[in-house]
Amino acid sequence: MSDTAPAIEVGALRKRYGEFEAVRGIDITVRRGEVFGLLGPNGAGKTTTVEILEGYRARTSGEVSVLGQDPARRSIELRRRIGIVLQSGGVYSHITPREALRHWASFYPHPRDVEEVLALAGLQEKADERSRRLSGGQLRRLDFALALVGDPELMFLDEPTTGFDPEARRAAWETIRSLRELGKTILLTTHYLDEAQALADRVAIVKDGRVLAIGPPQQLGVGAARYRVAFRDAEGTLRERQTDDPTTLLHELTGEALARGEQLQDLAVGRPSLEDVYLELTADA
Amino acid sequence: MPDALQLSWRQYRLERRMFWRNPSAAFFNFALPLLFLAGAGAIFSGNQQDLDKLVPSIAGMSVMSTTFTALAYNIVFLRERGVLKRIHGTPLPTISYFGGVAANAVTNTALQIAIIVVAGRVFFGIGWPQNWLELIVFVLAGVVSLAALGVAFAHVIPNFESTAAYVNAVFLPVVAVSFLAFDSSSAPGFIDTIADALPLKPLIEGLSGAMVTGSSLSSNLDGLAVIVLWGAFGIYLAVHGFTWEQSRT
Repeated sequence: MSDTAPAIEVGALRKRYGEFEAVRGIDITVRRGEVFGLLGPNGAGKTTTVEILEGYRARTSGEVSVLGQDPARRSIELRRRIGIVLQSGGVYSHITPREALRHWASFYPHPRDVEEVLALAGLQEKADERSRRLSGGQLRRLDFALALVGDPELMFLDEPTTGFDPEARRAAWETIRSLRELGKTILLTTHYLDEAQALADRVAIVKDGRVLAIGPPQQLGVGAARYRVAFRDAEGTLRERQTDDPTTLLHELTGEALARGEQLQDLAVGRPSLEDVYLELTADA
Repeated sequence: MPDALQLSWRQYRLERRMFWRNPSAAFFNFALPLLFLAGAGAIFSGNQQDLDKLVPSIAGMSVMSTTFTALAYNIVFLRERGVLKRIHGTPLPTISYFGGVAANAVTNTALQIAIIVVAGRVFFGIGWPQNWLELIVFVLAGVVSLAALGVAFAHVIPNFESTAAYVNAVFLPVVAVSFLAFDSSSAPGFIDTIADALPLKPLIEGLSGAMVTGSSLSSNLDGLAVIVLWGAFGIYLAVHGFTWEQSRT
C-alpha cells in the first residue's frame, strides 16, 4: 500500500440498531496527513461512524477501509497504527500519568518517548500525581497522551473538547495542532462549529446518519449559499436581499438611493459563514 | 516485538502495583479472613474439632472472595469507568490482559492461604498442611474456576451501584450452604445435595484434606471434578459473554 492511498475510505456505510438506523449511507475519504472533521448535532451518527472505524462496532453494510484494512477484523497490526481518544474513557485511578504512559508504550513496537509525550500533552507537572487527583482537563490531556504514545499514523478524536471551559478548549486545540504538525492524520468529531473551523482541513456536515455537505470549511461557507446584502431603507427598517450576483444588485440599490438623494444606512455585503451553512443544513424542515 | 507473555507480565505488575495502592482492596483481601478467623476462633477456642472445620472453611471462603467477588467488582468498575473500552482499543492482546488479571488473583489468593496456614499453625493447633501437593492443586483449581465465574458473572451485573447486591446474592447463600453442609453431618439432605453440586464445598473439603485430615488427593477427585467443571463453564461464559463496554441503556 502506498503512502498516497487514503488513510480512511468509507463507502455507503450503514449501521442499524434494531429498528433505528443510526448511519444511513455515509461516504467519506480522509487523506493522509489531513485533519478531517465530522461535524453535526448530537445523535447525528458521528460517534457510531467513528466507533465502526475504530473497530468497536460492526457495520450493518457498506465498505470501510482504515489504513488499508477492514477495522472489523480488529487486527493487532492495525491497532498498533491507530490512536484513539474516546468520548469518555476512564483510566486506572491509582497509577500516575507517567506509569500509565510507560505501560501503554509497552503495547507498541515503536512507541514515542514517554517524557516527550508528557511534554507534548502539557502534563509534566502532573506526571507523578495519581490519576484520581487530576482535573477533567488534565485527564483529557492524558487521553491524548495515551493515544499518542504508540506513535500512531492515524488518530481518532471523538468530541475532544466537549464539556471544556474556553481556556481548556484552547489548550486542547493547541495539542491537536501539534499532532497535525507531527504529520498525523486526524479524524475528529465535534458539534462545535468554531472547533471544526479552527482545526479541520475538511469537514463533513452530518445529520440523521447522512452527509449533508463536505469540503474545506471556508469553501463550504462560500459555495453552499448566496451573498446577503443588508441595508436600512428610507423608513429605517433593516432589509436583507439574497443574490448570486451582488455586483448588479448593489448597482441597482445604490443607483436608486442616489437618484432619490438618500443614503443606504448600514449597508453590508456578507458571505454566509460555516455557521449559516450548518444551521441551514441541519435545521429541521 | 512485544510478545503476549511479556505483556501479561507487565499487566500483572501493574495490577500488583494498583492493588497495594488501594488500601481498601488490600484490607479486604488480608484483614478480613484474619478477622473471621480471630472472631470464630475466639468462639470455638478449646474445641479442636470445631477449629479443624473452621480453618479450611475460612480458607475456602477467602479463595472465593479474592477471586469471584474481587473480579466481579473490578470488571464492573473498570467497564463502567471506560477503562476496559480504552484497553480494548489498544494492541494489548486480550489473552495478555486476562493473563495479568488472573495472575494477580492467584497471587492474592496464595498470600491469603499462606496467612491462614500460618495462623492455623500458630493459633489454632492445626499444624502445617499434611499434603502440600493437594493444597496447591485445590487452591489453583479453585482460583481458576471461581475467577472465571467472577468474570462471567460481571456480565450479568448492569452497573456498579448494584454490584454489591448481585455479588452478595450469590456469595452469601453459597457460603452459607457450603459451610452448613461441610460442618454438620445433620444438615438436611437437600442442603447436602446443593452444596455438593456447587464449587465451594468441594474446595473446602479438598483444603481440609490437605491442611487438616491428610486425606489423599485421590480420595477428593470427585470434588476436584466438580470444581473443574464449574471452571470450564465459567471460562466458556467469561469468554463468550464478555463485554468491554458499559451498555448505554
